Amino acid sequence: MTGLLAHDSILVSMAVVLFGMIAVPVAVRRGRRDLIPYAFAAVYTNFLLITVAALSMVYALVTHDFSVSYVAQVGSRETPLFYTVISLWGALEGSILFWAWVLSMYAAVVVWVNSRRPGNLVPYAAATLLFVSFFFAILLIGPADPFGVVKNVQPDGPGPNPLLQNHILMAIHPPLLYLGYVGMSVPFSFAVGAMLSGEVENDDWMRITRRWTLSAWALLSAAIIAGMWWSYEVLGWGGYWAWDPVENASFIPWLTATAFLHSAMVQERRGMLRLWNLNLVVGTFLLTILGTFLTRSGIVSSVHAFTTGTIGYYFLAFIAVVMLASLALVAGNSERLRSVGRFDSPMSRETVFLLNNLFLTAFMFTVLTGTLFPLAAEAIKGVKVSVGEPFFNRMSLPIIVTLLFLMGVGPALPWKAASKEEVKAKLLPPGIGASLFLVGGLLAGARNVYALLAFTFAGYAAFANLREYWIGMRARHTAHGEGWGTALFRLIGGNRHRYGGYTAHLGIILVALGIAASSTFRTEHEATIKPGETISLAGHTLRLKSMWGREEPQRSVVGATLEVMNGAAVNGTMEPRMNFYPMSQSPVPTPAVRSGFLGDLYVNLQAFRPDGSNATIRIIYEPLVPWIWFGGGVVVFGALIAIFPAGVLTGRRSEA
Amino acid sequence: MNWKRAGIAALCVVPLIILFGYGLTRDPKEIPSPLPGHDASPFALTVFAPGQAPLARAPGDTVKLADLKGQVVVLNFWASWCLSCRDEHQILSQTALDYVGKPVHFVGVLYNDEPANGTKWIEQMGGQSYPSVTDPGARTAIDYGLYGVPETYFLDANGRIAYKATGPVNERIIRYLVDSLMAVAAK
Repeated sequence: MTGLLAHDSILVSMAVVLFGMIAVPVAVRRGRRDLIPYAFAAVYTNFLLITVAALSMVYALVTHDFSVSYVAQVGSRETPLFYTVISLWGALEGSILFWAWVLSMYAAVVVWVNSRRPGNLVPYAAATLLFVSFFFAILLIGPADPFGVVKNVQPDGPGPNPLLQNHILMAIHPPLLYLGYVGMSVPFSFAVGAMLSGEVENDDWMRITRRWTLSAWALLSAAIIAGMWWSYEVLGWGGYWAWDPVENASFIPWLTATAFLHSAMVQERRGMLRLWNLNLVVGTFLLTILGTFLTRSGIVSSVHAFTTGTIGYYFLAFIAVVMLASLALVAGNSERLRSVGRFDSPMSRETVFLLNNLFLTAFMFTVLTGTLFPLAAEAIKGVKVSVGEPFFNRMSLPIIVTLLFLMGVGPALPWKAASKEEVKAKLLPPGIGASLFLVGGLLAGARNVYALLAFTFAGYAAFANLREYWIGMRARHTAHGEGWGTALFRLIGGNRHRYGGYTAHLGIILVALGIAASSTFRTEHEATIKPGETISLAGHTLRLKSMWGREEPQRSVVGATLEVMNGAAVNGTMEPRMNFYPMSQSPVPTPAVRSGFLGDLYVNLQAFRPDGSNATIRIIYEPLVPWIWFGGGVVVFGALIAIFPAGVLTGRRSEA
Repeated sequence: MNWKRAGIAALCVVPLIILFGYGLTRDPKEIPSPLPGHDASPFALTVFAPGQAPLARAPGDTVKLADLKGQVVVLNFWASWCLSCRDEHQILSQTALDYVGKPVHFVGVLYNDEPANGTKWIEQMGGQSYPSVTDPGARTAIDYGLYGVPETYFLDANGRIAYKATGPVNERIIRYLVDSLMAVAAK
């Protein structure tokens, strides 16, 4: 019943979407402006209909309606309610439904906000979004139909993939990723809309979508960090990034989106890089679709096992159409996208932004090449190869340290051209930060050249970005006699884009320091111990108190209780566990993590005797890993500063 | 709109699309083994599941590769915890019976499992016609470069690995390989 309602609402939505898509060009070409409100109405109706479908699925999941194929696939009566609800995106079909829902919502919001704008930009952007919606609706009635009718209804189901019901971050990471990924379709639709409507010569499309791009970027950043965190907290290997194709798929569009955030400023300020920006926006969208294709079609080998069916062919057709059409559009319009301004001096902020774009794009191509190389090698030479961490690390480390350095140079340089004195005054003092961090890294024992460069440039960039705040605050303090707190608040409020950006820089620096330190100074030790015995690493001693087991409705759990020793005194306990799910052959670990300011003590239960007489414990000391998560938060906070409407942060309210 | 430029840009992505289309026809998880054509690594393993007459061997007997010279050997790695081993079990067991009296020898190798579990599994599955041996420390599995279970190695009469099948085998492939390896040996 629920399935039928949802199925029908998707079918109806397809008709509505098709109507809206056709109405826009007809309205424009035939001069029938009166049709455009109908096209907008199609956007809203599509949102309503997909909402009905999505809520039907949540209802079917919660009521354990095993006659719905998706529920029969991921549902189980034993799964806690919370994990039942979030299994909406736990498997292929549900995630496509969730994607379609988010997309329809974004389209509705963007049309609602901009519907009064004259001209054809918004109608064409709406039509582009409807086109993408149409594709997802095809998936939902075809290869990824979550509402299939189960003929032989079972009383219970297998439950979601154990890895996905093991940690709270699974409720956060996928939706953030989808919100970010899908968010990139809004700037894309406006870029396409601008080209179709001939409004590409004014930069309205970019101004309208600035906030969208920033939000999508912030969500994607948060999603990547949350994914790293999840991998760290759940998989028990003590790492957070492995250059797996699925991870790369989320990272590649992030790189181009980051490049766009910077080069968009050059266009706004100086009227340059217009064709380039259009390419970045279109490219970012294409890369999100490409990433989904790579991970959902089973075309590249990944630790993330996804079911594969015919969906790959649908995605391929869609990618082909979108790539051909959008690249043809960009190339066909390229002559109209001449730069207004020009580069005046190599010593200017726009030059640094250009370099930043160059390196970010090179980074993107590196990761993309590494991800696709196995496929190309097989197609051309017929050999099976795998590209792993050594390639990615070797190729990306020089790029990463360069980007860290540029992050310190960019904010310090003015637009247009800097005089020699200015360059000296701005670029030399951050050397103090660089030296401090270099010495710190050397004292801590780092000898790897890239680790040392990362510390040095992180110090440089941190100093340079913080100094920008300091200079601004000091100016306000002396000019207006403001207190330091007020000065900081008003400084940020007065130029939220700029200082939001610097805050995001500081977040990225924290992430970089966390990664550099944890990959340089990580130590680990593994031992099999009996209750009462201890295991030590890097000044931390743990004593195995007991082994225990307990039955939960959906799984059985075996755990070890370890006491954290401080001399003879017990200073808390840690409980790494192994969870056994009936549908999984291998247990799912839950490591115990004890975080401090300087790092994490990470303890995983590797193996145990069934009688509880001993346990194999792996203990890892992970320096600065918490900085990665905190830094991710700072990045998002920085983006929020830049996104928030003026007035929220100006501090005028506190004055009253 | 400059159509010439548009066309050139569109042409650039065609190879990429063809590459993806090609990729969809391949299974990235299927990795070729370098072993076929090389001498099979020798083993001497102890029987834990006797099998059924006429193929039975007494538990505790040692199955040595050296003793099987001149015969085609079908070496099947399996485990009681392996789900797809269930799919091929009946086929292997039945096909082995069909070759009784021919110079073919079927051996099951238990991988990463307790013999007690293996015995129980064979019972549940309705018996196994040929014997199975234990592989302590998975040494033989390592020698043969096992990726996972089930995997089946077809050894020719000269003790060379002729073929490696990853995943469950079907009757057609067993018959095809065993028949052709016997035909070569007879020449």
